[in-house]
Amino acid sequence: MRNIPFETIAEAVAQAAVDAAHLLPHDVLHALEQARERERAPLAKDILGQLIENARIARESHMPLCQDTGLAVFFVRLGSRVQVQGGSLADALNEGVRRGYSRGCLRRSVLGDPLHQVNTGDNTPAIIHFEPVDGDELAIDFMAKGGGCENMSRIAMLTPADGRRGVIDFVVEAVRKADGNPCPPIIVGVGIGGTFELAAIIAKKTLLRRLDEHHADPHLAALEHEILAEVNALGIGPQGLGGDTTALGVHVETAPCHIASLPVAVNIECHSHRTRRITL
Amino acid sequence: MKEHTITTPLSDEAVAAMRAGDRVLLSGVIYTARDAAHRRMIERLDCGEHLPIPVAGQVIYYVGPTPTPPGRVIGSAGPTTSYRMDAYAPRLLELGIKATIGKGPRSAAMIDAMRKHRAVYLAAIGGAGALLAGCVRECEIVAYPDLGPEAVRRLVVQLFPAIVANDIYGGNIYVR
Repeated sequence: MRNIPFETIAEAVAQAAVDAAHLLPHDVLHALEQARERERAPLAKDILGQLIENARIARESHMPLCQDTGLAVFFVRLGSRVQVQGGSLADALNEGVRRGYSRGCLRRSVLGDPLHQVNTGDNTPAIIHFEPVDGDELAIDFMAKGGGCENMSRIAMLTPADGRRGVIDFVVEAVRKADGNPCPPIIVGVGIGGTFELAAIIAKKTLLRRLDEHHADPHLAALEHEILAEVNALGIGPQGLGGDTTALGVHVETAPCHIASLPVAVNIECHSHRTRRITL
Repeated sequence: MKEHTITTPLSDEAVAAMRAGDRVLLSGVIYTARDAAHRRMIERLDCGEHLPIPVAGQVIYYVGPTPTPPGRVIGSAGPTTSYRMDAYAPRLLELGIKATIGKGPRSAAMIDAMRKHRAVYLAAIGGAGALLAGCVRECEIVAYPDLGPEAVRRLVVQLFPAIVANDIYGGNIYVR
């Protein structure tokens, strides 16, 4: 067995939370720069420029990119020969969130009970997805997920007869309905197949893919291109104020599903796409 | 498309001059409130109490900033999505609030209320919290400190950039 101390995990997570809040990933910044070059609407071009400037200010003056520093979402691949020493892995992740959000002066946005509106005060509990894998590595993907874009996410239980076209129509309609609310330019995560809950989980997980990486399966890569083109043809534009740039990217993932089902989940992410990977 | 350099509180003339699509640089006092503060303000009004902030010609900014880092005026402070306040906002316009600042389109009822009470809606850039924090010169909690990030704050802003999204004539930048 390989032992990884609780403290090592908690500290790595704390640092990841602080870094994510302040440092826009290179692929996202690059996508914003490319979009600004291509954009034809003057106001949209100007807004994209301000988002790039915002990323610079956040990085240089250590001010969070956005005031909504998100819910902490983790996708964890836990190797079969890994053992956490001094506590549970879930506790280590939550302790890391607690420390990172406090140390980084990040906003605590978690209500302990959604109907009673009491803030837990430390941005825990995190949302944690565990995947047991073979090996002696612990890989943790952290995402700070904002509420405004999450609210615009949708799921549908389509029928097999709806097929590929039905999937595209549902995704495009979800983006159209979201309009300017989720802070476009957005990133669209699409989960197709699985079950009701798995579709949503893979829709979120696929957001972890870099914007310049397309799906390895050429059919799904083509689907990503097609949805992106249709979404950008909506004209919603940055902040919903019109333009060519409604989405910076579309990521699709699939899972095997029941012969009666075609679940489709659309997880919408804002341009302030804050992720960090930790490998221990 | 015009650019307006405006100081708060807003006069009726300043509001009337704004058209959807115009740019605004706002200076002066504005008040922050988001979901929980709105709900509480409306509950207090229902109980016959007064609002904890002045209303005539005032501006409400939908924001819940990050905690203020040591030595700074405020934390990251960009707009939150406005439609969530649509259930409450018309009541505040009725009392004299002249502008709200947020992001994303408003409901038909809120748009009607803006025409009726001659108030505008200004869109600030969502996700530009670091940039917008630089326009805030003063920040002080004036009500509901127990709400943490959702407490009502009195901000003094300087040349805070926004775009007129809804004017008093029915102009709406979100209609394509």
